[in-house]
Parts: sequence; C-alpha cells; structure tokens
Amino acid sequence: MTPVALTPHSPYTLGTLQSGPACCVPQPILEIKNLTVRYGDSTALDGVSLDIYKGCITALIGPSGCGKTSFLSSLNRLADLIPAAKISGDVRFNGESIYAPGVDVRRLRTQIGMVFQKANPFPLSIRRNLEMPLKEHGVRHSHELKARVENALQDVGLWDEVKDRLDTPALQLSGGQQQRLCIARALVLKPSVLLMDEPCSALDPISSGVVEDLILRLRGTYTVVIVTHNLAQAKRIANYAAFFWMKERVGKLIEFGQSQQLFEAPVDSLTAAYVSGSRG
Amino acid sequence: MQPVQPLQSVTSAHTDRSLQLTLFIVSLVTASVLGLIVLFIFRETLPALSGPGMLRFVTDESWHPLENQFGMLPMLWGTLASTALAIFLATPLGIGAALFCRYFAPRPIVRPFRALITLLAGISSVVFGFWGLTVLVPLIARFEPPGASLLAASLILTIMILPTVALMSEAAINSVPESYSGGAAALGLSKGATIRQVILPAAKSGIFAAVILATARALGETMAVLMVSGNVVQTPGSLFDPIRTLTANIALEMAYATQFHRSTLFVSGLVLTFVIAALAIAAHRVEHRAGSHHAA
Amino acid sequence: MQPDSSVSCAPGLMAAPSVAGSTLLTAQVHAKLSERLFVAAVWLAAALVAASFLWIVADIAFHGFAKLSWSFLTEAPRSSGRKGGISTILVSTLLILAVTVAVAVPLGVGVAVWLSEFSRRSSRTARVINIALDVLAGIPSIVFGLFGNAFFCVFLGLGFSIVSGGLTLACMALPILIRATESGLSAVPHDWRQGAAALGLSKAAALWHVLLPAAAPAITAGLLLGIGRAVAETAALVFTSGYVDRMPESLMDSGRSLAVHIYDLSMNVSGGDQAAYASALVLIGLLIVINAVAIQLSNRFMKSRIQPA
Repeated sequence: MTPVALTPHSPYTLGTLQSGPACCVPQPILEIKNLTVRYGDSTALDGVSLDIYKGCITALIGPSGCGKTSFLSSLNRLADLIPAAKISGDVRFNGESIYAPGVDVRRLRTQIGMVFQKANPFPLSIRRNLEMPLKEHGVRHSHELKARVENALQDVGLWDEVKDRLDTPALQLSGGQQQRLCIARALVLKPSVLLMDEPCSALDPISSGVVEDLILRLRGTYTVVIVTHNLAQAKRIANYAAFFWMKERVGKLIEFGQSQQLFEAPVDSLTAAYVSGSRG
Repeated sequence: MQPVQPLQSVTSAHTDRSLQLTLFIVSLVTASVLGLIVLFIFRETLPALSGPGMLRFVTDESWHPLENQFGMLPMLWGTLASTALAIFLATPLGIGAALFCRYFAPRPIVRPFRALITLLAGISSVVFGFWGLTVLVPLIARFEPPGASLLAASLILTIMILPTVALMSEAAINSVPESYSGGAAALGLSKGATIRQVILPAAKSGIFAAVILATARALGETMAVLMVSGNVVQTPGSLFDPIRTLTANIALEMAYATQFHRSTLFVSGLVLTFVIAALAIAAHRVEHRAGSHHAA
Repeated sequence: MQPDSSVSCAPGLMAAPSVAGSTLLTAQVHAKLSERLFVAAVWLAAALVAASFLWIVADIAFHGFAKLSWSFLTEAPRSSGRKGGISTILVSTLLILAVTVAVAVPLGVGVAVWLSEFSRRSSRTARVINIALDVLAGIPSIVFGLFGNAFFCVFLGLGFSIVSGGLTLACMALPILIRATESGLSAVPHDWRQGAAALGLSKAAALWHVLLPAAAPAITAGLLLGIGRAVAETAALVFTSGYVDRMPESLMDSGRSLAVHIYDLSMNVSGGDQAAYASALVLIGLLIVINAVAIQLSNRFMKSRIQPA
C-alpha cells in the first residue's frame, strides 16, 4: 500500500510511538464529568470523569461488559437509540454540553463520527455509501462530492483498490475493505473526533494491521477514541489509555493516564494485574 | 477538520419530527377504519335495534321479510352446522398435511406440497363456489337430490379453511424445540409415538389458535357457501338438506332490501363482526401464550 | 412441557422388564400396528388435500382451455357474458386494483414504518393500533361489503363505482400489507440503523436510502398477497363497485370485477358456464402467478436475511 499524505497536516508534534509524551498541546476536546449510564435498573457505567485530548489517540481497555461501549456511545449520544438508557453527568465537546436542551444531535454526530465492531456499509454502491451522507448534509455540487469521496477513500488507502468499481455493491468488498469503507464514510463528513468500537476485532490479522496503520495515520488530524481488547495494539497506537473494570456489576473507570505510564508503571494494582495479563 | 459549529440548532431535528407526526396521523386514520366500520354498521342497525324489533330475530317463526317475519334462528343453525362440520373435517386433514410436510414427505415433495397449500389459500372463494356448483353439487345430487346442501357447503368450507389449519399448524410444530423430539428419540419412541406423545401436545396451543382462526374464516365465508348451499331458509335436519347461512342471506338480499329489512341485514353483519373479532383476539392470545411458553 | 411426561406413554419400553414374554410381544405388535396406522393416516390426509386441489385446478383448466382464446380476452361480453369475452371486466378489475394499491401502499407502508421505527411496542397507542389491525384482518369480506356500501357509496356519495370498490378493498388489504412491511423492516439488520444514526442522518434519510430498499422484497411480497386477496374478492365488491359489465368511462362508473363476473355467470346466467370456466381459469392463473411471485420474493428475502451482510 502506498503511503497517503493526509491533508491538512497535523499541527501537533507527535512523539515517537513507543515512547515520549503523547501530545505537545494537551488541550481537551471532550471533557467528561461524572458520567453515569443506566439501562433500566442496571448501571453499566458509574461516575466516569476524564478528558479526551485533541489530536491524540485514547484507548479504552478492560474486559468485556465493563461499560466501554456504553461510554463510547454516550459521547455521540448514540445511546439515545436505546429507549431504556438513562445518562447523567456531563459531556462537553469544545466546551459545549452535548446533553443540553436544544442540542442538534445530528450536527453533533457529523462532528463526532463513529466506527463499529462489525463493518456496516449500507447495501448501496461504494460511491453511494459515501455520497449519500454528504448529500443528506447539504453537499450538492457534483465536483465537491467527487473530490470528497476520492479524498476519503485516499485517506483510508482504499482508492487504488476500488477506483475502478465505485459503482459496485459495497457488500461485495472483503471484510477489511468494508471496515475501511466505514471509516471513510465517517471521515467524509470531516468530523473532529472519531469513536471506534473494536474496529479490528472482526478482521483477520492482515486486514487488522492495515486498519491499525490507518488509525495511526489519523492521529493529529483527528481525535480518536478507540475501544480495543488487544492490549498490544493499545500499547502500539495509543497516547492515552483508560482502564475500565467491573466492580460489583457496575462499570468503573479505574485508571486513566498517558499510555506509556499506564502500561509500564500503573498506579492501581488492578491495572497492573490486567496489563500484565494476570487478570481479565 | 472542519471549523467548529455551535451544536445549538433546531433545523435538522425538524424533518424527523414532522415525519413522525405525519406517520402517527396516518396510523391513527388507518386504525380508525375499524372504528368507522363498527360505527357505520351500527348506525345502519339502529332502526332494527330500537323499538320492539329485537326479540323478533329469535321469536319469529322463520325468515320471510316480505311477510314481516324476521326469525334468524334457522340461518344461525345453518351457519353453525356448516362451520362445525367443516372444522371437524379440516382439523385432522390440516394437521395431517402439516405433519406430512414436516416429518413424512420425501424431500423433493416438501416444497411443491407446501406451495400447493399456499396456492390453495390464495384461490378465490368464487372459484371454489363455482367448482362446487358444477362438480360437487351434481355429484351429491346423484345420491341424494337436490345436491345443494349442508354437506356441499361444509365440504367447500373444509377445502377453503384447510390451508389456514395446515400452514398455522406447521408453524406451531416447527416452533417446538428440537430437544423435545431428541429427548423422545433417546427414550426409544418411534416417529409416530414421538409426534403423538411429544410434538402435538407441545404444539397444541398453536394448533388451537389455527383452528380458532379457521372457525372465524368459515363463519365469515359468503360466496362459496351461497353458491352451493341451496339457500332455503330452514333448520337443517340432515346433511342433504339445503340451508342458508347468515352471510349468504346478507349477500342475497342486500340488493333489494329497504328500511327495517335492510337494517336487519346489518344486524347480522354486526353480530358476525363481534363474534369474529372475539375469535381473532382469542386466537392471538392463545398463540401469544404459546410463543412465550417456548421462549421461557 | 417436559419429555419425561412421555415416559409413561411408551408401553413397550416401560413394560419390558416386568412382564412375561408373550405380553411384550403383543405390545410390540400393537405399537407397530398403531405406528403403521398413524403413518397411513398422515399420508391419506396429505393425499386428500393434494387431490382436492388438483381436482379443482384440473377441472377448471380442462373446461376453461376449451373456451379460452385471445379473442375471449380482448372482446367485450355480449348477452350477459354468454358470448363475447371479458375485456371490459379485465379493465374494471385492473382499475379497481389500481385504486386499491394507490390508497393502500402509502397508508400501509406509513403505518408499518410508524409501528416499527417510531413507536414503542409497549406504548398504548401502538397496542391499540395492533389490536385494531388484527381484528381488521379477521373481519369477513361481506361485512367489508356492508361497510363499503354504507360509508363509501351512500355516506360519501360515491355510489356504485370503481372508486368505492377500490377503497373497500384497500381497507381489506391494509392489514396484510402492514404486517408484511413491519416484518420486513424488523428483519433489516440493526447495524444499519446504528450506522445511519452515527452519521447524523435523519430517520427519514435512513428509511429512504437504506431501510425501505432493504425491506423492499418483503413489502412487495405483502403487496402481492394483498392484491391476491383483492383479486379474489367477490362479496365486498357486489355492493360497492357493482355489476355493470360495460367498459367503464371513469373511476366513478360502476365496474364488474372478474370474480363478480364468475359469480354472476354461474348463478344468474343460464348457459354461462363455459364463459365462467374460462373466466375462472384466467382468475386462477392470475392468482397463481401473483402468489408464486410473492412466495419467491419472501423466500429470497428470508435467505438474504440469514446470510450475514
């Protein structure tokens, strides 16, 4: 795969991946205060507070069922789709509360994109998968549509693979290609934050590697929040990491910090046990 | 990255809210069709239901509207007798067909057989009636004239409600968990014994619902019965007596009925509607209970 | 229902250790005999069902083909239908169906979308609407005929007309169409709704671009079943669209549908049997095509639903 230059270029100076400080300008883009998510009587997530820093990759780790996905889907209010879900606490995006009355949820979701565990391209052509959301959000000019579709596909490294069959069904692509198309579909709306819910877990190792490279290239241009069960992957790509754990059947944030510190010198003993592989 | 836009805005939520409102109104309008049906039929029955007329449906000797006789009992017996006989015949046949499809049919036959039953369900009642009139009635007449009779009506109804019983029973049988028949096989039960002792008892509420719905369909059937039953108003004394059902009566007399007479026809329509609605709801309940039973 | 209740019902098995050999032998013979009888009864039931279907279809095909010809389809009926063809009848039938489809599709799809995408199953309104639809599906067609006559013909002043008949049939077809559309929508993977919401798409856009196209085969199948029921209908039409067998000049004219034509020929026209046979053959042909396409569509839909996207 040929490396593709991202435009515009990252305004941040990033350290090397395995070491060094995450971002030079730790400016929060999302501030989460005391976030609690309940489904009916059960509490999925209790009292989580943390900041997501602009341009960085934040990995959410922890065992299944400890509220990571609930956390993620309360950042773009996708939890609204679940009738029984009740959310309290506050999430501020660029300083503005996303749960305030009068917030335009659809505009919020164009600025905070999301990619799911299972690739879910629509049963449309590759081109229409990307064009349709753009048109729905008011992009009309055909040359702008064309340019943005091509840019998004370039960004995810899919352009050379599909440029000759843009009008074939997206469901004919391979699993890895489908997932990259879904990432392109989120990027085509030019969001500032990208939420990813285990984007590699349903892929074979090679496709998974391709998607991981892609996520790394998003850093700086986009703020990425990624749920992953793959600790090695989290270690490789994340600047910040948050460790969730289930306590008395309630999901809790145990530790949050720079990725390197969380993996190499965790403060909490649970974190230490989990990242060393002795628990979870 | 695009420039930060303020999140406060009301424009885009607008389309969904107006769509939701429109669809909600459409739903209410559609559901109110049922209300309209009840309302309008009820409105037309008022002349017959107000005043001293009501009891006459039961007390009058027979049905001679032009001579002011409005006894409906003979036709009620006609309706009930033909429906009961049809259910009596269609239930074992339908269940048998369902079992055949699921357990006994050789593989290449299963699909055509099921398609045949589905097509049977789709055939027009007037076609059944026509076939009954040209084939079945003369056949019966050879043994016992006139041929147009309670028996002919019941046989036509049997063929018409068979698909309902067969298709719904098959669905009920299919919803019995595999483990039940596996458990029975482990006990050394034969196929027939497994079906009788385990499968049918487990599927019985679904099959019961099928029979209820088939009853509703038989009670409401009009044209096919009208064409083969002879339409003589009398309480049937034997299988070979001509009968008239309540539905056939409506179809036969609506064209010229006026005033009180017309109103009485709507009364029988209203009664039928209530009975059939009650049956439909009962079937729904029974089926629903069966569903939750297996899920538990 | 536990399998253990059947243990006591297996005489051969339970009796074996405790009884003498001869009794065991008799029990086995009995079991074998009843098994044979049972299997024979099932085969007999299936054979009877198949035979009656084939008898009806063969009888009508045999007599119908004798009369059926191109001119039968293209000529207007003469002398109450004994002579001539059924061209005006076919035109009336199609016009009635057109009214039915034009009214039932937007209403039916609208209700189904509201039920499956906008309402909660447990809400009171949704429950009331669901019960109303179930009852509506069970109401006999003659009652629809009474209602159509009282409401469309008399109250709304539409008279005996193609519009009255089409509207009455639309009321009958609605529950079928709604249930089919609902089940089609509920089978669309939830991933796509999530994906659309995460892109900030409106529900309207998600429905238009993704959900309704994905459910289209199920909706079409439901529509065809509804049309099949409408084509087959007689009792609801006799008092709404009427008997007139001339070529209709507008939707406000009375028009005789194919099923009503068969009824009239066989009951009121002596010597109309040949024409009735041919008309019945046309009707059965139509119904078989409509139903077969509907079955194919819903089968394909179920299959595409099983395979992961």
